[in-house]
Amino acid sequence: MIDLLTIFVLAVFVGFEVVSKVSTILHTPLMSGANAIHGVILVGAILITGSAESTLELVLGLLAVFLATVNVVGGFVVTDRMLEMFKK
Amino acid sequence: MIVQLMYLVAALCFILALKGLSSPKYARYGNFIGAFGMLVAVVTAYLHGVVHNGLWILVAVALGIIVGIPAARSVKMTAIPQMVALFNGVGGAAAALVALAEFFAVRDPGFLFLLATVLTVLIGSVSFSGSVVTFLKLQELMTTRPVLLPAGQQLAIAAGVSSVALCALTIATPNGFLLWLLAVVGLALGVLFVLPVGGADVPIAISLLNAFTGLAVAASGYVLANTLLIVAGTLVGASGTILTRLMAQAMGRSLANILFGAFRATTVAAQGEEQRTVKSGTVEDIAILLGYANNVVVVPGYGLAVAQAQHAVRELVTQLEKRGVSVAYGIHPVAGRMPGHMNVLLAEADVPYEQLKELDDVNPGITSVDVAVVVGANDVVNPGARDEPSSPIYGMPIFDVDRAKSVVFMKRSMRPGFAGVDNELLYNPKTTLLFGDAKDSLTKLLAAVKQL
Repeated sequence: MIDLLTIFVLAVFVGFEVVSKVSTILHTPLMSGANAIHGVILVGAILITGSAESTLELVLGLLAVFLATVNVVGGFVVTDRMLEMFKK
Repeated sequence: MIVQLMYLVAALCFILALKGLSSPKYARYGNFIGAFGMLVAVVTAYLHGVVHNGLWILVAVALGIIVGIPAARSVKMTAIPQMVALFNGVGGAAAALVALAEFFAVRDPGFLFLLATVLTVLIGSVSFSGSVVTFLKLQELMTTRPVLLPAGQQLAIAAGVSSVALCALTIATPNGFLLWLLAVVGLALGVLFVLPVGGADVPIAISLLNAFTGLAVAASGYVLANTLLIVAGTLVGASGTILTRLMAQAMGRSLANILFGAFRATTVAAQGEEQRTVKSGTVEDIAILLGYANNVVVVPGYGLAVAQAQHAVRELVTQLEKRGVSVAYGIHPVAGRMPGHMNVLLAEADVPYEQLKELDDVNPGITSVDVAVVVGANDVVNPGARDEPSSPIYGMPIFDVDRAKSVVFMKRSMRPGFAGVDNELLYNPKTTLLFGDAKDSLTKLLAAVKQL
């Protein structure tokens, strides 16, 4: 458990460090990019559904897989559309 | 071992994706790297962790792609904030569902597992319902004004207290019914939390809810003992927290004031009742004013985006530059409806990002600006925010355009801005108003400047 806590604390510092350097022009893509990244809950949803024993677990898991996929693909596509415009 | 390694690769990709955003030039590659990391993580999870139901999972993923991609491709740039709010909400819901499912799968839950589970369910539900209300507000499916329920504050406090109590109860006596109840209270809490947030403050709510979903995902990482979820969720939590703080600073108010100090619109309109004179000009007058200026600052607001006038304003600016006028855009951090939204809208119209200036770049030299052109903005140039301690937006940093040599204020009507506050700048003798649709006015101005 202490391992997980260590990882959490280090990630907090990395997060603050990386994000505070983001250019103010890109705050909207930052939010939508971060949005796509928390779609990583898809990994959790897949793991839980893949080992589901009861119908309840299966239904909850599949719903989570669906929602998380919307989050992931939608997030990355929207962010890409925005960043494409900034390249010029 | 190999699985952990793959998760590490994914986590690094996510960090690089965020790092890429430090320069507009390379940001797009960063996003590709992030998407690649996600692919690695998802394929790893599928190959390693799926014992059964594999086909069902693929079907659910396919459905998610069928819904997500067209939605993301077709959304207009003006509607990005509500889209981000929605994607954020479904992410929060997914986290809550994962924690619920895992709770029913585990036989003998320990204290830390239960703590992480209740936190994920609670924060995920708040984030989901809060994001949905934010979406409804931004999409104008409901009023953008703060909604003050009778006893709304007491209700919110009651929901807050009962959610904490339910968390404690669930940890003490693990019970599926209590956890479902917690999810329901969390949903109510999210609604009560966002309803009183006024239109102009909605960007902050989005940003905060984004941080919430990140935290929910990180907490779900404890539930599943999965390091990747912890790292990725925490990164998002950190970015959401930083953005929320920056936005609060840009509005000159504390976070608590924004979330709980709903605008009291009634105290504001008092002096707006009397008829006061404003000066309005013709397109030709303003074309002359602009065409013979040395130095022009354009302050665009959300009204510009609503009128789809980004391209029109860029054409006018290009024409002025051909005449030797030096032009910059003044972009307020809260212009638009989420942090940095206006930059995206102008980039869409091919405005080079070097021309986008912030408050601190524009204000020091504002007295030597010949003409400040305000298009579809209002609150961000309202001198009341600087001079009137009684104004509800007092303390918000503004563009001091009232100190420029002259001001052209393009407005659809005399209606006040998103925050519902009257603007003294309209009655300033230096100000010339040009009434009409922003796109229309700009196109006519362009034609008139070409005639000079």
